Amino acid sequence: MSTVATDYTLAELCIVAAAEAFRHDGEVLATGIGVIPRLAASLAMKTFNPDLMMTDSEAFLLSEPNPIGKRPADFQQANETWMGFSRIFDNVWSGKRHAMLGPTQIDRFGQTNTSALGGTYQQPKVMMLGARGFPGNSICHANSFFVPGHNTRIFMDGECDFVSSIGYNPARLPRGRSLDDVDIRRVVTNLCVMDFGGPEHQIRLLSLHPGVTLEEVQENTAYPIAVPADVPTTPAPTDEQLAIIAGLDPHNQRAAQIADNPPGIRA
Amino acid sequence: MDKRLSARDAVAQIEDGMTVGIGGWGPRRKPMALVREILRSDVKDLTVVAYGGADVGMLCAAGKVKKLVFAFVSLDFIPLEPYFRQARQSGSIEVMEVDEGMMLLGLRAAAWGLPFIPTAVGLGTDVINQNPDIKLIDSPYDDKEWVAMPALTLDVSLIHVDRADFRGVCQIAGPDHYLDDWFARAAKNTIVSCDELVDTSFFADPARAREVFWERAATSAIVEIPGGAHPTSCNPLYGFDVAHFKAYNASAKDGGIAGYLEKYLGADEAEYQRNVGGLDAIRAIALPTY
Repeated sequence: MSTVATDYTLAELCIVAAAEAFRHDGEVLATGIGVIPRLAASLAMKTFNPDLMMTDSEAFLLSEPNPIGKRPADFQQANETWMGFSRIFDNVWSGKRHAMLGPTQIDRFGQTNTSALGGTYQQPKVMMLGARGFPGNSICHANSFFVPGHNTRIFMDGECDFVSSIGYNPARLPRGRSLDDVDIRRVVTNLCVMDFGGPEHQIRLLSLHPGVTLEEVQENTAYPIAVPADVPTTPAPTDEQLAIIAGLDPHNQRAAQIADNPPGIRA
Repeated sequence: MDKRLSARDAVAQIEDGMTVGIGGWGPRRKPMALVREILRSDVKDLTVVAYGGADVGMLCAAGKVKKLVFAFVSLDFIPLEPYFRQARQSGSIEVMEVDEGMMLLGLRAAAWGLPFIPTAVGLGTDVINQNPDIKLIDSPYDDKEWVAMPALTLDVSLIHVDRADFRGVCQIAGPDHYLDDWFARAAKNTIVSCDELVDTSFFADPARAREVFWERAATSAIVEIPGGAHPTSCNPLYGFDVAHFKAYNASAKDGGIAGYLEKYLGADEAEYQRNVGGLDAIRAIALPTY
């Protein structure tokens, strides 16, 4: 029987909240890009969804998630099959994947931007990565987002400067498809957990992290959030979950993911 | 057929205005010695197709690129490629920005002699809206619209591999061959640099033959350049050079590409390798842990 922890960081709370995104996925490739999404997918695989598949972030599928960072010289990862980049696309296009990523902008439609900010498309003010695999991810399989610093630059007014991934925007709906074909799951931030399950796929509050108010979330989001009558507090990690997270992240990289590494329960 | 060429003679086959595919992925197994040979040449106005890293950044900064076909340009541990950003933010290059998988489909279409491959990838996003050359089409089998990803036909591909023989049998011993097989097949002329030239009998071992991802008919030229992927990795032979990439990244803010090239490029690869500490130092670079 696991006990609810009383001493945990906000990063650990976010990992546990983000792991919930993968709970009911069954046998899909869970791709968490970045420390907190990767730990979330790994925690899910090691606890309530052992059917998940996961890569070594390079070229193999693992039957057991790798710990993050430098590993002992005698460490042997649990290879299951080869999974190079070309085969990742076969998996993406089959739909048997759930990715959790951190885009630079998320607009009210759930569209995201990873490419360019401001200026014109020919000459953007700030060039970032590019569209990467976001267009294909967003039309082919489930996606969740993690945002370490919830603010109105990310949850921004208007439409993304460059739309890398399709969202619930009727104006961009491809002919012959339904908005229900788009599958955006959870949005986990340093303040709260949301999804796009409000009226007409409006963003909706699912839970507030301990000590966070609805007003604070709305002030840091440039568009209206659907708020159910009863908004619970994001569940705290259990001691068992914290121990598993510590084993998956022995160098404590999670401590560097949210500014100032605050405690999960605000002082 | 003996396909061995010097780097200079191989790269001399690239003409102004050609479309050049570059294998590898970000900071991993890029044919950097061949890219450096382009930097030493007069060739210009290239259209470059790549899963880009410093290869793209250097070519953009040196004014070699007219148009870039890309899904990302990144050094991975330094997420944003500094010279690619400068090129975009100064509006100095044309771009065709696509999804990573769309690029693969474009290469496959070229390899298979198809004008396009239909896909859902790109629908509803700005990789379609910002690319008027990528058309949406009706399907003869359903009522949906689909993206017709056009063939990305390459005049030349540049690829780096672990080992090759004189006829162009190429081994990639590392964990991933990325999309290099499609770059090889999509090009009229595929120039491959190798860390080691081996005898044909090397491939008699079936485990090694399994590490050959395209037939030799898809290889046009072989250039032996030990350490030729530096500063990118050639797993398992060597990792990527973190210190060098940091210096490269810093050069974008201090001295620019001219300062970087002045310090490192040299008149040929031997001089380059002396400038970065020698082949033994390259081969001693540890592999990354992900």
